[in-house]
Amino acid sequence: MSDIHANSLSDTGPAEAGFGDFVALLKPRVMSLVVFTALVGLLVAPVSLHPLVAFTCVLFIALGAGASGALNMWWDADIDQVMRRTKGRPIPAGLVQPGEALGFGLALSGLAVMMLWLAANTLAALLLAFTIFFYAVVYSMWLKRSTPQNIVIGGAAGAFPPMIGWVCATGSISVEAVLMFMLIFMWTPPHFWSLALFMNSDYEKAGVPMLTVTHGKRVTRNHILVYTVALVPFALATGFTSIGGPVYLAVSAVLNAGFLWGAWKIWRRDEAAAEADGYATEKAVFKFSLLYLFLHFVALLAEAALHSYGFGDW
Amino acid sequence: MATLKPTHDLHRRRFGRNVGLGLVLVAFVVLVFGLTVVKVTRGDPMQAFDHVVRPELVPLPQGGQQQGGSN
Repeated sequence: MSDIHANSLSDTGPAEAGFGDFVALLKPRVMSLVVFTALVGLLVAPVSLHPLVAFTCVLFIALGAGASGALNMWWDADIDQVMRRTKGRPIPAGLVQPGEALGFGLALSGLAVMMLWLAANTLAALLLAFTIFFYAVVYSMWLKRSTPQNIVIGGAAGAFPPMIGWVCATGSISVEAVLMFMLIFMWTPPHFWSLALFMNSDYEKAGVPMLTVTHGKRVTRNHILVYTVALVPFALATGFTSIGGPVYLAVSAVLNAGFLWGAWKIWRRDEAAAEADGYATEKAVFKFSLLYLFLHFVALLAEAALHSYGFGDW
Repeated sequence: MATLKPTHDLHRRRFGRNVGLGLVLVAFVVLVFGLTVVKVTRGDPMQAFDHVVRPELVPLPQGGQQQGGSN
């Protein structure tokens, strides 16, 4: 009976969501970044975990991030419908009902926090719960539609995973964990705004107050330079902590010089120059920013490997 | 009345979703079991939560003697 009912529904009613549609709700690309940074945070910590415990920790940190992605998609379905980049997401495409996404996100959030508590410790679980709350409520529901500084404060949600990884291993927050947090936190604005410089039309249509829309591209260029300058001390300071070393510091110095040079070039340009070459500099800096963060964390991993063999320490 | 069409895309999607969910649940059970084995065999502090005095869990003072017997 339900089959017949379902057949008749499929012609006129909502489509049936497949397994992949629920996976898409978790924002797998964002999750891959979370997996990488959380894993680095966990591996560079001075306390080693059993491989299965470490795997469980990273898995549920990533699932917690995915759950907050599902809650974000539930809340932002109206915006996603308007923007070209997001209108193919499961809810605006009609594959998943908003209520399903909400239930899925809430259930997965609870499961992820509970499992992290069981696998690691209370502080790690509390930090994951706060991260989910921060992304779903503080960023998605409050900041995103109300202030052009949304990405600055909202970036904290993406900065927590390495700190949670560290706390899973050590049970406490230390200067190393804070610096890894600050590295991602300060990196997010110049990274995102360099993208917004050549991709702002959709945000305008959706009514999201991106800095490029509310204050113009000149102000955005100024902000990119200021935040890049502010990022440098945090990136370099990490090199002088227990997780850093000469290798990290050398890599970081080169990457920061490159990022500063890029931000300087963006700042010097005006719109006429940018439009003349199709925003080539902005696109190059955006791509470099991805490499910047990735290589910083790779350098931290390299230092951890060197430390385990008695090299790479100050 | 609509006819029954077992090969409809809707059935394929629903089947895929059910198989996926089944695999996820099996993986979850295996993970929790593995985690339990690791936690128990590594002697994590869970022993301390059995509501029984376990003096052997208390670290010995430098050069001191263990107090009390087994529970």
